[in-house]
Amino acid sequence: MNTPLRRVGMAMMVMILLLLGNATWVQVINADEWRKNAYNKRVLLDEYARKRGLITVADGTVIADVKETTDRLRFLRTYNNGPVYAPVTGYLSVTYGTSGMERAENDLLNGSDDRLLARRISALITGRDPVGGNVQLTLDSKVQQVAYDQLTAKGFTGSVVAIKPETGEILAMVSTPSYDPNALASHDVKAQAEAWTQLTSKDANDPLVNRATQALYPAGSTLKVVVAAAALADGKNKDSQYTAKGTVKLPNTQTDLPNFNGTPCGPGETVSMETALAKSCNTAFGEMAGQVGASKLRRQAEKFGFNDQDLRIPLAVEPSTLGAIPDDAALWQTGIGQRDVLITPLENAVVAATIANGGKRMHPYLVSKLLGPDLKSIGDTEPDEVETAMSSANAAALRDMMIQSEINTGGEGRLQNVQVASKTGTAEHGAKPLENKPHAWYIAFAPAQKPEIAIAVIVEDGGDRGLGATGGKVAAPIGRAVMNAYLAGR
Amino acid sequence: MKGSPVPTGEGSPGASVATSTSPGLRAPTRRGTELVMLSFAAGLVTLALILVELNQERSLSLRILYLGLAYLGLFACAHLAVRRWAPYADPAILPCVALLNGLGLVVIHRIDLAMEGTVFLDGSVWDPVAFKQVIWTAIGLLLFAATLKFLPDHRMLARFGYTFGLVGLVALLLPGVLPGFIAPTINGAKIWLRIGPLSIQPGEFAKILLMVFFAAFLVSKRDLFTVAGRRFLGMDLPRARDLGPLFAAWGVTVAVMVLQKDLGSSLLFFGIVLVLLYIATERAAWVVLGLGLFSGGAVIAWKLFTHVQQRVSNWQDPIARYEVIGGGYQISQSLFGLATGGIGGAGLGAGRPEMIPEANTDFITAVIGEELGFVGFAALLLIYMVFALRGLRSAIAVRDSFGKLLGGGLAFAVCFQVFIVVGGVTKLIPMTGITAPFLSYGGSSLLANYILVALLLRISAAARSPQRAPKPKPQQPAIADQHTVMVERPK
Repeated sequence: MNTPLRRVGMAMMVMILLLLGNATWVQVINADEWRKNAYNKRVLLDEYARKRGLITVADGTVIADVKETTDRLRFLRTYNNGPVYAPVTGYLSVTYGTSGMERAENDLLNGSDDRLLARRISALITGRDPVGGNVQLTLDSKVQQVAYDQLTAKGFTGSVVAIKPETGEILAMVSTPSYDPNALASHDVKAQAEAWTQLTSKDANDPLVNRATQALYPAGSTLKVVVAAAALADGKNKDSQYTAKGTVKLPNTQTDLPNFNGTPCGPGETVSMETALAKSCNTAFGEMAGQVGASKLRRQAEKFGFNDQDLRIPLAVEPSTLGAIPDDAALWQTGIGQRDVLITPLENAVVAATIANGGKRMHPYLVSKLLGPDLKSIGDTEPDEVETAMSSANAAALRDMMIQSEINTGGEGRLQNVQVASKTGTAEHGAKPLENKPHAWYIAFAPAQKPEIAIAVIVEDGGDRGLGATGGKVAAPIGRAVMNAYLAGR
Repeated sequence: MKGSPVPTGEGSPGASVATSTSPGLRAPTRRGTELVMLSFAAGLVTLALILVELNQERSLSLRILYLGLAYLGLFACAHLAVRRWAPYADPAILPCVALLNGLGLVVIHRIDLAMEGTVFLDGSVWDPVAFKQVIWTAIGLLLFAATLKFLPDHRMLARFGYTFGLVGLVALLLPGVLPGFIAPTINGAKIWLRIGPLSIQPGEFAKILLMVFFAAFLVSKRDLFTVAGRRFLGMDLPRARDLGPLFAAWGVTVAVMVLQKDLGSSLLFFGIVLVLLYIATERAAWVVLGLGLFSGGAVIAWKLFTHVQQRVSNWQDPIARYEVIGGGYQISQSLFGLATGGIGGAGLGAGRPEMIPEANTDFITAVIGEELGFVGFAALLLIYMVFALRGLRSAIAVRDSFGKLLGGGLAFAVCFQVFIVVGGVTKLIPMTGITAPFLSYGGSSLLANYILVALLLRISAAARSPQRAPKPKPQQPAIADQHTVMVERPK
């Protein structure tokens, strides 16, 4: 009987070896897959047991705080003035994970970032709980608040982005409708679920989407500054002449490309680039785009930051695009920011900021400083020039044309004693553009000669003006109020 | 019997009094080694308890030291029982058990802390069970000592083989056939008997009773099973009429699977029978045939019963069935815990056992894997392996067939049970719901396993004790001068 007993012994060892091998697979080799599974709340719960870092705005006001609780999750994330900052802070939820800055700077906030290693070790030795690092944002609380109030006062759906042209610091980033992240951060699972159901319902209009970085809109006439920049780079100047007709046929088609209301751009046959931009003439810019050509136009757009697949501010940003330009007709339509042109509010603000900064595009950013738990800085963001999108002479020429555009633009709230350079847009969208209410755009910077703030404003579906909305009537007053808030506060 | 506490492999107990007269030639009992290893186990368990208390941020007090000492005292008593009634028993088995049981107690206490104050859907509040398990441990050790005392020779069991078999069969099937108020369905399985405040899992005891029966039966009928039938594919097939016991065992297995919805027990039971048959007959044909039968039964069961299908699909992709009721939640949580624990573990008391349903019974090894990491998990498996291999070694060394068969079966049973439960917890095989020996919370399992350990120790004592009184050698005549002795034909 000893032979079969020995064989049974072998079988027993094989069984244990199989278990050991499988445990190696689950716990060591393939562990990350299980660890990072969305259903695995252990990592998140561990983070809750640690005091998470704060998120503050430029003046030190805390917008994401922590409170110690008596329940099983030791620390509760609280958001001050939640809806105003929600697009930037995002939320931290046991059930629904993280978004926004909570996700982008998660490692630092939860204390697992390598830069906090030394502090973690010392915490281990001294027996204190490890604490997360803090994130200080570039946001200006006053500008942010004004931008939010402006959009919400009339119940607009849209976004405002404000950038400091010289550095790329983002001064305001608002998206409406917004939400209160406190509801999702609640430790009451039921309350969380209710909030989530409500926020993701159809009627809620996607409050969880940060429109500034995630929503892509047709650029409309605001793209004309990009077309003008391409034409200037191509050797044209503000006096170059383009057609003044009220309506032209797109090349090789019977389709009309009309100006706003079909109005001719000027009394003569032709009109200057400056006038065409000031009056936002579609026919002239269609022709201008046709002359510049698709590849040069695309190159110019990319110099302004289009097609940047991995822009992080550190929030991820959807890349803006001119779309495919298969033929000349498409090129002409692209020239007025329609067809397949899609742009985020952030990118449009970057376009404005780049022109304002003499053609030098700065990398936009939201985080000015990362601080250790002891509030010592462990990383300052230095302004970073990405590339020269325009020569300074061309940028100055374009700026002057945009000053004319601002003078030509209606709407309320014109700034006193401050010269503004701007471009409006009234972007058609949807399958039946003439029946859909257009999006209202406004991009601008001020003061024009020494810009300190550049902004992009979009109000979806015409705001309160419906089909008759224009960028000048709906979006421009908001943009002006935001710039005024910043300039007045200095 | 009282005159000699030393049972011998052959002859009646009491024939080897001579050992005491020639201490110089006496085989080492290794009881000292056992005591040292037990103290080591007690130290480890106390350390584990301290870690739990620290990680749960409870105040440390001398209480822990007392608990550790009480635990050491408990096993010191067991040690004394072994010293008194089975001095030649294997010295490694009891320390392995002590370590496993101690770790189990610490983890059960740790889960109590995690679940403290939890209110369930039916309004009941979590009831701490660690103390109950301590009581069960004490009772288990009493039973252990009693088994050693009243069973001086394991071969006595063979005489009651058929009685044990009948009782075991009834015990195994009883919960399946009794009405729900005595035998309630808990967590889908109908394996419990409720008598007053006590819940008993008779299957745990039936496992041992049936093993005794099968060992006795196979030893007495061994010749029958080795008679060759036809040859097929290079194997000697048994004769059709000898297949009776195998078919009977298979029938019982299927009955357990169908009536009680207890896949783990049926798999364990059938595996044990197969291994016993194989050891007794030395013929692989039985194993092949048995595996064929079992696979057939399993496939049919899978086709017919939703509870089997559920287990299989939960195993194939637990995440896909995460939100299904009775789906992959439990096994997913187990895997999340194991993976989050990683190599080094979260630390005892720093994991999240409250997220795994049945953490203190079937899934207790997942908690250990999470908190002690792969390192601790591997150590745990190796302790089981040492335990099972020491048991098997005793079976190999013991001189009687019944002892070999029973010892091999008991050792295999523990190892196979570990394979089924740990394999289920780590998604190597479908989860079947079975306790981890000595670790899981539950009185029946613990008591039955302590009897199992006592039997193994009894067999190992028979194997290791001196075979015959070592009479002074010079007085023995040379082999060449001895008569030829007629040895009894093996039965």
